[in-house]
Amino acid sequence: MSLRTEPVTMNVGPIHPSTHGVFRMRVTFDGEEIVDVEPVIGYLHRGSEKLAEERTYTQVVTLTDRMDYVASMTNNQSYILSVEKLAGITPSPRGVWLRMIAAELQRIASHAVANGFLINDLGAWHTPLLYMLREREKILEMFEMLCGARITNSYLRPGGVFMDAPDQFWPALNRFLDEMPNRIDDIERLLTTNEIVLIRTQNVGVLKKDECLNASITGPVLRASGVDWDLRDKNPYDYYDQIEFSRPLGEIGDNHDRFLVRIFEMRESLKILRQCIENIEPGPVRPKEVPFLVRPPKGDSYVPIESPKGELGFYLVSDGGISPFRCHVRAPSLINLTLLREMVLGDKIADLFVTFGSIDVNMGEVDR
Amino acid sequence: MNTVLDSVVFKFIYCMLVSSDECANSFKIIGSGFISEKYAIIGFLITAFFLIFIIVNGALVGVLALIWGERRLVGRFQARLGPNRWGPWGIFTPVADAIKVMFKEDISPTLSDKFVFILAPILMVVPVLMIFAVIPFGEATFLTDLNVGVLFVLAITSTNTLSVLMAGWGSGNRYGIIGGLRAVAMLLSYEIPMALAAVGVILMAGSLSIIQVIESQVIPYAIFQPLGFLTFLIASTAELNRSPFDITEAESELIAGYMTEYSSMKFGLFYLGEFMATIASSAIIVCLFLGGWKGPEILPSHFWFMIKWILMICVFIWFRATFPRLRVDQIMELAWKGLFELTLINILSIAILMLIWPDPSITELWIMTGIKWIVFFVSLWIFGKLLGPKPLQKNGVARKIVLQK
Repeated sequence: MSLRTEPVTMNVGPIHPSTHGVFRMRVTFDGEEIVDVEPVIGYLHRGSEKLAEERTYTQVVTLTDRMDYVASMTNNQSYILSVEKLAGITPSPRGVWLRMIAAELQRIASHAVANGFLINDLGAWHTPLLYMLREREKILEMFEMLCGARITNSYLRPGGVFMDAPDQFWPALNRFLDEMPNRIDDIERLLTTNEIVLIRTQNVGVLKKDECLNASITGPVLRASGVDWDLRDKNPYDYYDQIEFSRPLGEIGDNHDRFLVRIFEMRESLKILRQCIENIEPGPVRPKEVPFLVRPPKGDSYVPIESPKGELGFYLVSDGGISPFRCHVRAPSLINLTLLREMVLGDKIADLFVTFGSIDVNMGEVDR
Repeated sequence: MNTVLDSVVFKFIYCMLVSSDECANSFKIIGSGFISEKYAIIGFLITAFFLIFIIVNGALVGVLALIWGERRLVGRFQARLGPNRWGPWGIFTPVADAIKVMFKEDISPTLSDKFVFILAPILMVVPVLMIFAVIPFGEATFLTDLNVGVLFVLAITSTNTLSVLMAGWGSGNRYGIIGGLRAVAMLLSYEIPMALAAVGVILMAGSLSIIQVIESQVIPYAIFQPLGFLTFLIASTAELNRSPFDITEAESELIAGYMTEYSSMKFGLFYLGEFMATIASSAIIVCLFLGGWKGPEILPSHFWFMIKWILMICVFIWFRATFPRLRVDQIMELAWKGLFELTLINILSIAILMLIWPDPSITELWIMTGIKWIVFFVSLWIFGKLLGPKPLQKNGVARKIVLQK
């Protein structure tokens, strides 16, 4: 017997517990199955790119904090690298090591949040999320030591960072490096072989290799589909060429692969952090001769970096003035979001939110 | 009327009101009351009303305690403190919550079907209160000994399906409708394994009365028939809409499911009904599977019942704090392909064992228990293989994450 069914269209968001901000999806369901998804974005548009044209190069750093607000250190890094290339500034080594430490800590924090919220979207009443947030809290405390801020850091400056790490930072970092592997093991014991997590995430939201490449998807989502593409390895910026690390690759590209890739990347980031601590040497964190009011020559620059979410780059055009003539952000969240419809068609309602969570988008970065 | 007088509490209050020979013999100290035996029905009704009053209010206090306990305990599970501001250890937090809920604005949406919308929360609470009528809180301490007690409980608990559907439909919200329809599918499916798991108990006890079931437990049925206990526990978790079966209110998907449009005291009633159902369901599990008030005689029977009851509630809180949610098709699969067959195996094995040993002695009971545990592990292993997650394979090798050097 076949029932006559009728699709129902429903607005999910912009205010909804698991749209990770103010994302809106116009979803058409047939019973429990998803027939159509139409993402609607723009609810958090603040015109950051236009605002950047009105500010000096150093002031724009604060705007970049507010784009991907769970990974502001890497946003700073991408912007500063672009400015340094534009103005031809050679950063001082200690500053570069410090910002690499900050960026890797930020990567761990961002992945912890991403995985925690992914499990929360699966319906685990906040428990794994709070375990993840507890680890993130330690990182935020270290950021507080570095620059006085926890979320919107504005730590980096053209030429390095604005302040050397205080004495209590290094013991805290060492303690974190000792503790964190055990914490990741805890999370793995709780979740990676959890039967409910397995049946909910395996073979759901599959992204094939060529689909990813066609849509220029980057970051952990791309690596979970089995493409070995990490800008820290392929196009090393800062001192990543002096560091050894491996890239975790998934095979199928489903939600579970994306979850695992992030867990493994956290471990790799810990390795990178250890090497950074070995290599860092005393010295100035910022060359004295670089002025705060940077005035780059005419030209443009683009330096992509591997942010926790994918390839993040600032395209800056200078007309020789004190503020950028044009600033454009290649935001990984926005581009990774483009294949959402293809990933969830035919799945159940519940899978929509899990898949959306596994892409790990940040609405601040999507809308800018 | 006579079965009710088996209850010591009931008889005590009754005898304070009514003068009869039986009362005078039972309670020499207080003697007998002022109502003559001709109008004994009046004394009977007053006693019943008084006890119902105590039980209803006791249930409400129990809900407040459970809200506090759940939040404290889940706080510990989640590596945080939980509520600790309002009163010592935060014990007044649920009181503050209740006051807040009462003073909130009562909104009913324009699209709602007003009658259904208002009736749904009431229908949620009242049946749960009725369950308490048949629960024995200790030896000879109960409101009534219904001779079809187990059947009554199963029938009453299934009415909350209707309430959830009414709430989802009446609120005129699409999240609500999806939540309500999910609830109907899930709750109806899980009633079958729940009832069939209870059949195993009834077979052994030879009676539907909850008092008889408790008295027949020489070995608690949780140990004697682990398969029945497990299926009943899972099915009642689903009946309670608690995690991992909370698809009807699925916070991360449907916002609050059927409760999305409810506010103020209507929402409060849903909240109340849900927590009260947890308390009632734990009490039922204690009665059917954990030996009710029975225990070593170092403590009075009421204490044993309370201890088991609180432990059972803690198990439900533990479930909630740990498990991610199942998807709707997986939930139905679990009910129809897993629990249904497991309960049938349970009934079949008990029936065969009872055919072999119709009147078992205590050694024979332990032999039966051993056989039941073997059946338990074998059937769980087989069903785990059939229904469990299949690790995705590639070229015959279980897949893993490759570390590219």
